[in-house]
Amino acid sequence: MTHNPYLIHPARILERKQESTDVVTFRLQLTHSVQQNAFRFEAGQFNMLYVFGIGEVAISIVSDPDEPAFLDHTIRIVGRVTQILGHMQIGETVGVRGPFGIGWPMEGAKGKDVLIVTGGLGCAPVVGAIEYIFRRREEYGAMTILHGVKTPHDLLYRERYDGWRHQPNTKVLLTSDEPGKTWHNHVGVVTELFDDLQLVPDNTLVMMCGPEIMMRVACNVLTHQGLRPDAMYVSLERHMECGIGLCGHCQLGPFFLCKDGPVMRLDRVIPFMGKVGV
Amino acid sequence: MNSDSFQAPSPRLFLRKNFLQLFHALKQLGYQILGPVLSQGAIQWKTITAPEDLPIGWNDRQEPGSYRLEQDSHSRFFNIIHGPESLKPLTFTSRETLLVLDRQDHTFSAKEIQPEIKPTAVLGVRACDLAGLAIQDRIFLNDTYPDPYYEQRREHLLLVAVNCTKAHPACFCASMATGPKAQYGFDLCLTEADEDFLIEAGSRKGLQVLEQLTCSLASEERIIQDKERIAACAASQTRRLPTANLPDALYEAHDHPRWDQVAARCLSCSNCTMVCPTCFCHGVEETPSLDFQQSEHTRVWDSCFAPDHGYIHGKNFRPTTKDRYRMWLTHKLASWIDQFGTSGCVGCGRCITWCPVGIDITEEAQALSQPSD
Repeated sequence: MTHNPYLIHPARILERKQESTDVVTFRLQLTHSVQQNAFRFEAGQFNMLYVFGIGEVAISIVSDPDEPAFLDHTIRIVGRVTQILGHMQIGETVGVRGPFGIGWPMEGAKGKDVLIVTGGLGCAPVVGAIEYIFRRREEYGAMTILHGVKTPHDLLYRERYDGWRHQPNTKVLLTSDEPGKTWHNHVGVVTELFDDLQLVPDNTLVMMCGPEIMMRVACNVLTHQGLRPDAMYVSLERHMECGIGLCGHCQLGPFFLCKDGPVMRLDRVIPFMGKVGV
Repeated sequence: MNSDSFQAPSPRLFLRKNFLQLFHALKQLGYQILGPVLSQGAIQWKTITAPEDLPIGWNDRQEPGSYRLEQDSHSRFFNIIHGPESLKPLTFTSRETLLVLDRQDHTFSAKEIQPEIKPTAVLGVRACDLAGLAIQDRIFLNDTYPDPYYEQRREHLLLVAVNCTKAHPACFCASMATGPKAQYGFDLCLTEADEDFLIEAGSRKGLQVLEQLTCSLASEERIIQDKERIAACAASQTRRLPTANLPDALYEAHDHPRWDQVAARCLSCSNCTMVCPTCFCHGVEETPSLDFQQSEHTRVWDSCFAPDHGYIHGKNFRPTTKDRYRMWLTHKLASWIDQFGTSGCVGCGRCITWCPVGIDITEEAQALSQPSD
């Protein structure tokens, strides 16, 4: 069959990094050179990762699109497939089908200040975009990275945040709802961090990832600060099974998030975000 | 499939007593023939070899939540309007093994499973089902990722449509402009009368078959007569969907109290989505062998009424029947238009007939398009 979008390609685990007790980042490489050479992706796209005999799961690609021979994926152990996947080791083989979806507007963001707002545990999809910008630092304006967690325990990528602080023209602000004794950052919700930012609304592009309610509130606050909804992008999550807009699970209003997203321009999705039961 | 440049010759008359010729012609061209056959108290597409296999002398009585077959003395071949199956199971099969994966040491290989498909002629296809198939074509044969399994099954079909000259109470194709006359997508089209059929070709393939049959030119009078019978069938339909502004009304009806009322009746059983000619949700089942050396990767129909349709690691986006019914109806009649440029409903009425509690999509859409008090 030509162009079978369901075909799964084997890929070897080259590297494995335990980010926390239940979060692992893998570096994968497609086993066959034909697929390896043909594989291209954009920041924010995802792959369907397959575990033999178990099934597939949609995971965003966090590595750099200019090195498409390596596919980095951060996996949180939460369900049936990730339970097995998350415990796999270097040298073992997983399946890859992709890349799918529409990623972050890295071209549109060039020359602009970029504000990253993430919340909760699900900030992996935006890590690729952050790293992308830092590798091309001079092409982008001021970087502001805001991240809110419920408790300090939920803070992933601690080392990465520390590293990002030292990037030129970059501000990193962290906040926790329930601080512990060792928390030296802001206490409260992520939207409180907006107050002290000197954003240039006409020249700022926002990339957001996290719980829909958090993003909805954050978008409202930013709109009040003069940011335009078409300059804000959100990464949304739904059950994704086919990756190609055919299986019907990932719908949000008129959108198939696997095909039209997962990154969506805010003005297109705001009527559907954070609504109960959709 | 229908060819764009095809110019249909004028309809001909084909005598009932010669109908076996159609079977022979199709067989000669290498087609297996499927037709409506009595099965399990309904009709299903089954292989047929002669007109006698058709449900002659049977009628279907359909109304909300009820499907009954009854016998009478008529001798028509296509008196039963339809059963639970549209054309959907023939192109988008309820189970399709996509891949078989084999494990070797630390790796595996994936093998595509080529579906076994014979050229198939389907006899007795209704206008609503042709409309449903055209919608599924848009979904599965889209530009970016055409589905190769669907594509192959679709290419092997030859469709012999039958225009409806009677409607059952659940039918509302006229209000959806999809029937009762077959308008597109057929290779041959029949209009049945007591002694004969008006027969017309809709494609070169169909014309090739038609040329094998003993036919005479149909009189203008007869053609008009049949048009009138089809028009009368349309006029007899009592149900209709409110089409003006329905999508906007449904998008705005998220908090409408009617959802609670319909959810109190809905069993979330998925029957409506299974019989729907256009519903396309599916999932993939992974079935490993006992020794875990091989695994089958199989696509199976899913439904937005299934409890885990909206499930994602620890969270269900649509946990209640109300959420699921709203998802189904809003998708079918509103967001479908944004996605595919057409309503997801063709007015076949199957979801009304086969709903165990007789929920009527036209009634619900009507209520939901009215502002709540």
